[in-house]
Amino acid sequence: MRVLCCVKRVPITGGKMVLTDDAQAIQTRHLGFTISPHEECGVEEAVRIVEAHAVEAHSGEVVALTLGPGEAEEQLRECMALGADRAIHLVSDEEWDAQATAGAIVEAIRSEEPFDLIVFGNESADAGNFQVGIRVAYALGLPVVTGLKGLTIAGGRARCEQEVPAGRDVYDVPLPAVVTVKEGLNLPRYPSVPAKLRANRKPVDAKPVNRPPAKLEKLRLVVPEGQGKQAEVLGRGADAAPAVVEVMQKLGVA
Amino acid sequence: MSVLLFLADGAELSLQAVTLAHSLGGEVRAVEIDGPYAPSAWAAALIDAAEGSDIVGPGSDRGNEVLAHVAARLDLPFAANVTDVRGDEVTRIRWGGTLLEDARIHAQTKLLTAAPFAFAPGARPDVVETLRPELGDSVRVVERVEPDTGGKVSLADAKVVVSGGRGVGSAEGFAILEELAELLEGAVGCSRVVTSAGWRPHTDQVGQTGTKVSPDLYIACGISGATQHIAGCKGAKALLAINDDPEATIFAHADYAVIGNLHEVVPAITAELRKVRAT
Repeated sequence: MRVLCCVKRVPITGGKMVLTDDAQAIQTRHLGFTISPHEECGVEEAVRIVEAHAVEAHSGEVVALTLGPGEAEEQLRECMALGADRAIHLVSDEEWDAQATAGAIVEAIRSEEPFDLIVFGNESADAGNFQVGIRVAYALGLPVVTGLKGLTIAGGRARCEQEVPAGRDVYDVPLPAVVTVKEGLNLPRYPSVPAKLRANRKPVDAKPVNRPPAKLEKLRLVVPEGQGKQAEVLGRGADAAPAVVEVMQKLGVA
Repeated sequence: MSVLLFLADGAELSLQAVTLAHSLGGEVRAVEIDGPYAPSAWAAALIDAAEGSDIVGPGSDRGNEVLAHVAARLDLPFAANVTDVRGDEVTRIRWGGTLLEDARIHAQTKLLTAAPFAFAPGARPDVVETLRPELGDSVRVVERVEPDTGGKVSLADAKVVVSGGRGVGSAEGFAILEELAELLEGAVGCSRVVTSAGWRPHTDQVGQTGTKVSPDLYIACGISGATQHIAGCKGAKALLAINDDPEATIFAHADYAVIGNLHEVVPAITAELRKVRAT
């Protein structure tokens, strides 16, 4: 089994959104970076699938891919500490829209040996466009299932469980396929120190890419109103209980 | 320019999409789709029905998925979860709604979904056409697995959610939250820290990558208020935060605040509620 996992470097935003002066980005001077929880589960699942099929397939590989600035190598190393074997880094300092991102990923995939499975997060943590994985699937002519909370690979097919309000919808698709996954699919391992050290020695294929003009062009970011509202203090400690119950009665939930 | 309105699952979100569709200013034609869910085939049917007009859907999982299939088929931009449209400019949500983006669409045809709870619900159109797509060999749902909820109210449907964060301290610490939730016929939720620590299952997680809830009252106990969590509970009609740190970010999102240790405050609320009900 050869599995590709696509991930995105995003800031760990903490409690408050603060923008840069030109309103083009989040102020990240004091923030760390990560990949989305969805994608972390995607990498974990890929590693488990390749491990499970290693004996019958005689070989297997998990490749992590990102499109992002030079610093995004840090996230590729995180993926390799979780068990990915190598990484592809499409290097660009600019922010790409979903269509252009999909185009660059498709080009990178075409220059590789075919993958059996291509894994995305259901949506990126920051832009939340809900579409890159689907666009890549169309460009490659592959089936796609989104929002997975369960995945079983057997006999060259993928049984995919998608979370819906009434339970789970099940799809059965032939490989190769594209899937997008959600947090809760598994509980990702916590990388060990030896795994992190090994990750530093694994290969990263970095190549610069040029951004085409955006079709959905970001003009500016805006912090929504409602952050920093003044809460009514009902009291301190256990003494506040009567005031809390009064509020519950007022809201009609007591 | 006319607008094709896709009414998908979730009546509430679809009616919000009605309002977005009318805000575009053209004649609105409403359609729904009959048959097993098959996003690729559904998208093809919408494209046929739209005949080049704009397409608007709800910002539900399926609304966003089908519109993304439409966009991929037509190689057009798709703005998911918009809150406002002004000509070729849209405002859309990022970070699960804790940040907004103004963006310009460089295309003749607009493909949009309405961000949940950004628009007042419109009236269901008098005429709704039903499309019945040719499924062929397209990817479709082959089975539905119903969850075993044990008869409890689901997190997404609960009128009251009693939610715990790092401050709860342990899996056992949730017993007092369970007790209050049961008394209020509500559900227990938690923050991402809690599921990562293994204290609660991921199905209880409220947040950007967990369940998004919209109860009448959300009680956040020992939750700091990271944007990841706020993205999941900002749909609550009222938010009560209980935290012993008066500087906690959660208070900036709360309607009501109790400053104190949740291990004392929550049992006191439960006792008071029982006392009031007994009289």
